[in-house]
Amino acid sequence: MKVVLENLTKRFPNRNKKGDDVIAVNNFNFEIPDGQLIGLLGPSGCGKSTTLNLISGLETPSSGRILFGEDDVTRLPPENRGVGLVFQNYALYPHLTVLENILFPLQNLRGADKLSKEDMLKRATEAARLVQIDGLLERKPSELSGGQQQRVAIARALVKMPRVLLLDEPLSNLDARLRLQTREEIRRIQQETGITTIFVTHDQEEAMSISDMIVVMEAGIVQQIGKPQDVYDDPANLFVAKFLGTPPINVFEGRLSGGRLMIGQEAVLSVPGAPDGIVWAGIRPEGFIPAADGEFTCDLNRVEVMGRDISVVCHHEKCAGAQIRAIISAESRPGDGAKTVRFRLKPRKVLLFDHESGARIPFEVK
Amino acid sequence: MEKKIDFDLIERRAAARKRAFRAVDYFFLTLWALIVLFPFYWMLLSSVKTYSAYNSEYIPRFITLAPTLENYREAFTAVSLGRYFLNTIIFTVITTALMMVVIIPAAFAFARLEFAGRQIAFTLFLSLMMIPSELVVITNFVTITNLHLRNTFTGLILPSVTSVFYIYLLKENFEQIPDELYRAAKVDGTGDFKYLTRVMIPISKPTLVTIVILKVIECWNSYVWPRLITDDARYFLVSNGIQEIRENGFGRENIPAMMAAVVVVSAPLIALFLIFRNKVMAGVSRGGTKG
Amino acid sequence: MTGKKNNNLKGWLYLLPAILFLGCFLVYPLIDVLIYSVEEGYNSASQTYTGIGLYNYSYVLRDPYFLQAVKNTFLLVIITVPLSTGIALLISLGLNAIKPLRKLYQTIYFLPYVTNTLAVGLVFMILFKRTAYTDGLVNLMLRWFGAGPVDFIDGPYWAKMFVLCFYTIWVVMPFKVLILTSALASVNPEYYAAARMDSTRSFRVFYKITLPMISPMIFYLVITGFIGAFKAYSDAVALFGTDLNAAGMNTIVGYVYDMLYGSSGGYPSFASAAALILFAIVLTITVINLMISKRHVHY
Repeated sequence: MKVVLENLTKRFPNRNKKGDDVIAVNNFNFEIPDGQLIGLLGPSGCGKSTTLNLISGLETPSSGRILFGEDDVTRLPPENRGVGLVFQNYALYPHLTVLENILFPLQNLRGADKLSKEDMLKRATEAARLVQIDGLLERKPSELSGGQQQRVAIARALVKMPRVLLLDEPLSNLDARLRLQTREEIRRIQQETGITTIFVTHDQEEAMSISDMIVVMEAGIVQQIGKPQDVYDDPANLFVAKFLGTPPINVFEGRLSGGRLMIGQEAVLSVPGAPDGIVWAGIRPEGFIPAADGEFTCDLNRVEVMGRDISVVCHHEKCAGAQIRAIISAESRPGDGAKTVRFRLKPRKVLLFDHESGARIPFEVK
Repeated sequence: MEKKIDFDLIERRAAARKRAFRAVDYFFLTLWALIVLFPFYWMLLSSVKTYSAYNSEYIPRFITLAPTLENYREAFTAVSLGRYFLNTIIFTVITTALMMVVIIPAAFAFARLEFAGRQIAFTLFLSLMMIPSELVVITNFVTITNLHLRNTFTGLILPSVTSVFYIYLLKENFEQIPDELYRAAKVDGTGDFKYLTRVMIPISKPTLVTIVILKVIECWNSYVWPRLITDDARYFLVSNGIQEIRENGFGRENIPAMMAAVVVVSAPLIALFLIFRNKVMAGVSRGGTKG
Repeated sequence: MTGKKNNNLKGWLYLLPAILFLGCFLVYPLIDVLIYSVEEGYNSASQTYTGIGLYNYSYVLRDPYFLQAVKNTFLLVIITVPLSTGIALLISLGLNAIKPLRKLYQTIYFLPYVTNTLAVGLVFMILFKRTAYTDGLVNLMLRWFGAGPVDFIDGPYWAKMFVLCFYTIWVVMPFKVLILTSALASVNPEYYAAARMDSTRSFRVFYKITLPMISPMIFYLVITGFIGAFKAYSDAVALFGTDLNAAGMNTIVGYVYDMLYGSSGGYPSFASAAALILFAIVLTITVINLMISKRHVHY
C-alpha cells in the first residue's frame, strides 16, 4: 500500500500566555512507495510521533491530506483505516494471555470479514510463529521479557493484515543487546510480509541500519528524505549532518577564499565552485588521513584504541565542538609524545554549510 | 482492498454517532445532577415560603414570589437551633483536636521510632480496624452511663476520639519522608519530639488537612452516638436537633421552619466542601467510606 | 544499653494515648460485648445475671421485630448495592467521556457526601409524604404519568422500602462515583488507542478492557457497599422517625440500638447478641465476596 502525505500540518493550541499555536508537523509532503520500511527520525519533540498519530488516525491533521493508495483517509476514524500500530509501551492487555491479545483484533471483525474460530486461531498462531513467540501463547504479558512483549505487540498489529504497519519507538524499551537483535527482526518480518511499514525513532543508527528510506525531522519540519546512505553522504543542511553518524561530524568555523577552505591560517582543502565567505565546515571522523605533509594541523589530546581502528582525539581553536574525533586505521597511529598531528582531508567527507542558514554549500569534487 | 469503500459515508456516520452519544451522555448526566440538586433546591425554596403559603399549596409551586426569612428567625428562636449548632461546633473542634493529639504521636512512633514490640503492636492496631463500631457502642454506652457521663461533652467526645484508620493513613505518609532528613536532624542534635513538630508535621500538612476534613465531616454528621448518650436537649448536636425538631418541632407541622433549620445545618459543610473541593475529594477517595 | 531501653520506653510513650483510648473504647468493649451476649437475664439496674448460655441469641432470633429488621436489611442490601454500583458505573463512564463541565458535574455529584443524612432525609420525607394539605411533590409527578397517590412514608411496605432504597442510593452514590471516576481515569489511554486501532466496538472495549481493568475497584465498592448497607440505620431514621419498629422499617443496627436505649431499651444482652449476629452475617458475606473477587479480578 502506497501512503501519500500531502501538505500535512498539525497545530496544537498552546496553553502558554502568548497563545501561539504549537506547530507539531509543518507542511509534510512524502509519497511512501509500497512495501518499504521507512524510518522517521529526529530528536524528541520534533513531530515524528505526531506524524505517526496522524497516519494512524489517532490525531486529525489541521490541514493537508493523507492517502492510502488512492483512498483519502484524512478524516477517517482510526478503526476504519486498517492500520496496525505498535505502541512504544506495547499496550498489551495485561489481563489477557498472549494468544488472547493476538486474537483480539480478529474478534472485532464483523460482517463479511468475520472469521470462524479455527481461522482466527490459525491466523493468530501464524502471526505468533512469524515473530517467534509460538511457545508463549498461554502466558500473561507480565510474565514476558521486554523483547517478548515487543514481539507480541507486533504480532497483534500484524494479525489483522494491516494495510500499513506503524511502530512508535519500537526499540526504546529494550536493552542494548536486544535492540540489535530486534531491529534485525523487524527488518526480517517487514520483508517477509511486504507491508509498508513506518517506524519512529530518535536513534539514527537504528533508523539507518534497517530503513529503506529515512525522513529526518526537526521542529515539525522535514529536513531531508532519502536512502540512509545518501542522506549520510549528502546531507541537506548542518542539522542533518550533525544528527547522523557516530561519532558525530566535527564542525569548524572556516572561511572560503579563492576556492580554498581556510580553517584558521591553514588552507586545508581546495573547494572549487564555492563562493567566498564565512562557512561551517563539517568533517566526518573518517575523513581524516594522517600525513606528515598534511594541510590541517591539530593539537593532539590522546589516542583511543578500538581494535581495528583508532580514534584520535584532538583539539583546534576553530572547532565548534569541545573536541575533534578522527577515526583512522591502527597502522597510522601518531608517534608517542607527539604534541600535534597533521591530516590530509578526504574531499567527499568534507561538507560546507552556510554560516547563517546552515544550508549546504556544494563544491566540485574531482 | 479492491472493493470500493464510501469513506465519506463512514466519516459522516462516525461523526453523527459521536454527536448522538454525546447528547445522550449529557442528558443522563444532567438528569442525575438534577436528582442530586433537587432536594437542596427544595429545602431552600420551602425555607423561604411563608407558613400559610406553603400549607395552602396543595400542588407545590416550584418558585415563590414572596420569599421571607421569617422561617430562619423561627428556627433560631422557637427551637434551640443555635444551641445545637454551638454544641456541634464544640464537639467537632474538641474531638478533632484531641484526635490529632492522639494519632500524631502514635503514627510517628510506628513510622519512625524503633522500639521493642513495634511490629506486633502495629499488627494488633491494624486488626482493630476490622471491629465494627456497632459492636463496641453497646459497652461504651453502658460504660459512659455508669460513669454518669451521659449528657456531658466528655461522654460525647471520649469514645469518638481515636481512629485506627487515620493512624494508619498518617503512618504511611510519615514513612514517605526520607530517612536522610531524620539522620540529618539527629546529627544536628534535634530531638525526636522537635523533629516531629518542626519537620514531619509541616511536611505532612496535606495529609493532616485531609484527616481533619474527614473527621470534621464525620463529627458534624454523627448521629448514633449522640442520640444514645444525650436525652437532654441542651446537649443535642445538629443531627439530633433535626430529629427532635421533626418529632416535637415547632408545636405544629411547620415545614418551612423545619426546612430553614435543615438549610442552616447543611450549609457549613457544603461551604467547607466548596472551598476545599479538591482536598475533600482527594481525601475521601483515599480514606473515606460511606455507603 | 540504657539508650536502647530509653528508646523502647519512648516508643511506647508516644503510643500511650492511642493505646489508652483504643483499649477503653474499642478492645474492652469488644470483649465485653461477647460476655454480655451470653449473660442470661441480665438486669442493667442491678447489674446481675442469672446464668450463662445462648438464650439471648435464641430470643433475638425468634423476636419478630428482629426478623422484620433482618428482612428489611437484606432487601435494602440486595436492592441498593447492585443498583448503586451499576448506576455509579454508568455515571462515571459518562463523566469520563466528556471534557467540558466535567468538574461541575463531579462537584454536584459529590454534594450528598457532605450533607447531614438526617437533615436531607427530612427533605426526602417531605417530597414523598402525603399530608392533609398536600399529596407531596412526588405524588404530583406520579399523577402526570397517571399513577395514583401513594403515601411513601406511612403507606404500604413496598412504597416505604422504595423510598428507603432511593434515599440510600442517593446518599452512597458520591463515594462510588468518585472512586470509579478515578479508577477509569487511571486506565492507561494507550489501551483504548490500541483497541481503536483494532476497530473494537465500544461495547467490547468496555467489556473486555475497561471492566477488567477497573474490576478491583468495583469489587472494593461492592464489598464496602455490602458492609455499609448492612449497617444502614440513620437513613431509615431520617425518613421514618426514631420509632422504626412501629413503622415496620427497622434495620438490624436499629434493632440493636432500640434494645439498648429508648422506650424499648435496657437490654444490652439482647443488643449484644443481635450485634454479633450482624457481625457474623457481614463477615460471611465479606469472605464470600473476597473469594469471588479472587477468582474474577485479574491482578
